Amino acid sequence: MTTMDARSMGTSVRRIEGPDKVTGTATYAGDSVADGTLVLHPVQAGVARGEITAIDTAAAQALPGVVAVLTHRDAPTLGDTGDPEHRVLQGTTIHHRGQYVAAVLAEHAEVAAEAARLVVVTVDENPSTTGFDPDAQAYTPSALANGQPPDSGVGDPDAALAAAPVVVRASYATPMEHHNPMEPHTTTATWVDGRIEVFEATQGVESSRQTLATLFDAEVVVHASHVGGGFGSKGLHAGTVLAVLAARTVPGRPVRFALGRRQMFETVGYRPATVQHMALGASRDGRLEVVTHDVVGATARYKEFVEPAGGSTRSMYAAPHRRTSHRAVPLDLDGPTYMRGPGEAPGSFGLECAMDELAVALDLDPIDLRVRNEPEVHPENGLPFSSRGLVECLHAGAERFGWSSWDRTPRRRLVDGWWHGVGVGCGTFPTLRFPGSAAEITFTGGRYVVAIGAADIGQGARTVLTQIAADALGVDVGSITVEIGSTQVPVGSIAGGSAGTASWGSTVVEAADRFRDKYGENPDDGDHADAATPDNPWAGEYAMAAYCAQFAEVAVHADTGEIRVPRLLGMFGVGRILNPTLGRSQLQGGMVWGLSMALHEESVVDPRFGEVINHDFAGYHVASNADVRVVEAEWIDEDDPYINPMGAKGIGEIGIVGVSAAIANAAYHATGVRVRSLPITCDDFLTSGLL
Amino acid sequence: MARIRTTVDGLVYEDDVEPRMLLVQYLRERLGKTGTVIGCDTSNCGACTVHLDGLSVKSCSVLAVQANGSEVLTVEGLERDGQLHPVQQAFHDNHALQCGYCTPGMIMQSIDLLGDNPDPTEQEVREGIEGNLCRCTGYQNIVRAVQDAAQKMKPGATASQPASVAGGGA
Repeated sequence: MTTMDARSMGTSVRRIEGPDKVTGTATYAGDSVADGTLVLHPVQAGVARGEITAIDTAAAQALPGVVAVLTHRDAPTLGDTGDPEHRVLQGTTIHHRGQYVAAVLAEHAEVAAEAARLVVVTVDENPSTTGFDPDAQAYTPSALANGQPPDSGVGDPDAALAAAPVVVRASYATPMEHHNPMEPHTTTATWVDGRIEVFEATQGVESSRQTLATLFDAEVVVHASHVGGGFGSKGLHAGTVLAVLAARTVPGRPVRFALGRRQMFETVGYRPATVQHMALGASRDGRLEVVTHDVVGATARYKEFVEPAGGSTRSMYAAPHRRTSHRAVPLDLDGPTYMRGPGEAPGSFGLECAMDELAVALDLDPIDLRVRNEPEVHPENGLPFSSRGLVECLHAGAERFGWSSWDRTPRRRLVDGWWHGVGVGCGTFPTLRFPGSAAEITFTGGRYVVAIGAADIGQGARTVLTQIAADALGVDVGSITVEIGSTQVPVGSIAGGSAGTASWGSTVVEAADRFRDKYGENPDDGDHADAATPDNPWAGEYAMAAYCAQFAEVAVHADTGEIRVPRLLGMFGVGRILNPTLGRSQLQGGMVWGLSMALHEESVVDPRFGEVINHDFAGYHVASNADVRVVEAEWIDEDDPYINPMGAKGIGEIGIVGVSAAIANAAYHATGVRVRSLPITCDDFLTSGLL
Repeated sequence: MARIRTTVDGLVYEDDVEPRMLLVQYLRERLGKTGTVIGCDTSNCGACTVHLDGLSVKSCSVLAVQANGSEVLTVEGLERDGQLHPVQQAFHDNHALQCGYCTPGMIMQSIDLLGDNPDPTEQEVREGIEGNLCRCTGYQNIVRAVQDAAQKMKPGATASQPASVAGGGA
């Protein structure tokens, strides 16, 4: 078993659609401005829980320019996808504030918005709980969001903690966060003769097609030529259903629903808050005897999603006694969902901060502590690792970062009024391959046309699939045309779970192999071959994951507590990087997400109303250019023959993992103040009494 | 309805618009100039940045009637004789984009910055375009692209095309 030979893979082929994006000609879901397009504006619930008793649409319908007003009274019964979020306008029950309860269709956006405000919704309000209290009554979910069991255990962790010579116990909190891709969720839908055509901001055209086909019992075509970021939020949400419901009432006319930024804080998911109770027990020479990671997380009452925050603790470090558990507190909010590094991003904050605290308790370098606890096999299931670059990342990163030049004692470096310190945090993310894609390769006009319904949400699917196809066929990239982003080409699985490229790429390689087997090196015009995603013969034989070591330098102002991050270095063990320019950008982008998570991002719910009160970019701060300084992403050489033919682990998620812990650990090193709750702000230092 | 006469990307348009219509809606819905996109509605993200009489504005926070008698330049009007503007070229050359949604606004704001400061330091770039958010790239290549464009636009620089004056209308 070896990875395939690379000629184009591993080189920085320029982004294929770059010229379209710098000229404004790349088309997104809202860019179809056909004549006669109607604009949808929703009416949203103003309470968190209740029953609609009346809706008065007369004033809205009387407004010139209004074409239709939809309510639950006239909406057709939808098919059942099993997802409560898809039951749009199916009844009178309000499950969360911001839920769509009606919609206005009008000829112009301004009219639609005005008319929506004229709809009067009368509601019997019911008591609701929308503030996350980690000590509230919690339940044990049947499974985590990724399908894994909520609890895991080896040995007797409680007894081991009682016996361990050195024990660290601490609780860590991560807040509700919203994805905020730059492109708001947008649907442009047309219903003609029982056929629905949708231009959709989605991470998966085929999954969107399947959902809409089930809901509407119709033929559905979905296009997503370019998608302005997703980060987990661009599955199919209620807004898409609402837009198609509306399109159904005006056959032949396109209907566009472009969410406003504020609606994105109410209807397209978020990362739920967690509180993570950590306990680490070790021998005096720094060998872990026991690791426990007990998570209490928020979920939605009407739609369960349990963040798998303890997941990475199951594989990161060796310890004979171990436990992870997840409990869920139901809230009357819209449903949480996957957000970049789901599980691992918040979970690594708990584990990696606790490891730092243990290193302090042991008076050990935190890198040495991690190296001493490197497992030989997966510590829970006993599988060997297909490859595991964590220790190499730690060593290579430490050298590049200049780690050894820093005195490990906290509060030692004060420069021009700023306390400086450094910290490390590590991470992992599973290497997955989703089944269900199909690829078709056709030789036409002297070119190989490679068709697969992949989604390019910014990661560069067009470009890397071109490279993979070129190498699999043994031709130059200039001979390849890749067609993606539509259900009118063979099906593609979603762009998510850091599995897009691995899944589509494995399928393209299989199709290329079949093409060459059938037609050799000199095909005739029109020759074609196709293939479905092959199973990985090594699945279940090896534990497969990406790893990283993140290094941060932090400066905290001695008077104000202002915290800055002058330097981040991420060292990654992610198999073969298919395109260094694209890959580095994606990893750096993930690291800046980590910085943003560490210092800025927090969705604040007003528990009286169930509303995210900082529901725009004025109140919800994501890292801006001026928040960022040096961010370096580097990787180790890693040849993993077991994961997929390309030897490429996914890189979409791993960039964020471990960063917030590295920054919190660096802040401790700089100031002596241990912050265990994100985001880290000035108050954490000012109220510590230490500055 | 109000009658407005506006030059957009070098062409003159006359239209009746509602006084409450935003400039970005006018550009997209009425003129079909969808290269300029909407990101936040609150003037925080900069995705909708265009130039109004040579100065960058966030077109979600300008009424169409305010552009009456003015020149508007969007990302679609930057090319000259089929050649990309040096800032467009630099964004492509330096891979200063991923999903591309922030890119038109980012380019328009960068051109405005270079008009004010033709040779910005890294920190001056970061602060000069901090009102334009990018959620994908981590900003590193964007800073590099702006500085690269600055070098290419210097008088006497051996750019593959004439150095264009920053800002300005058609």
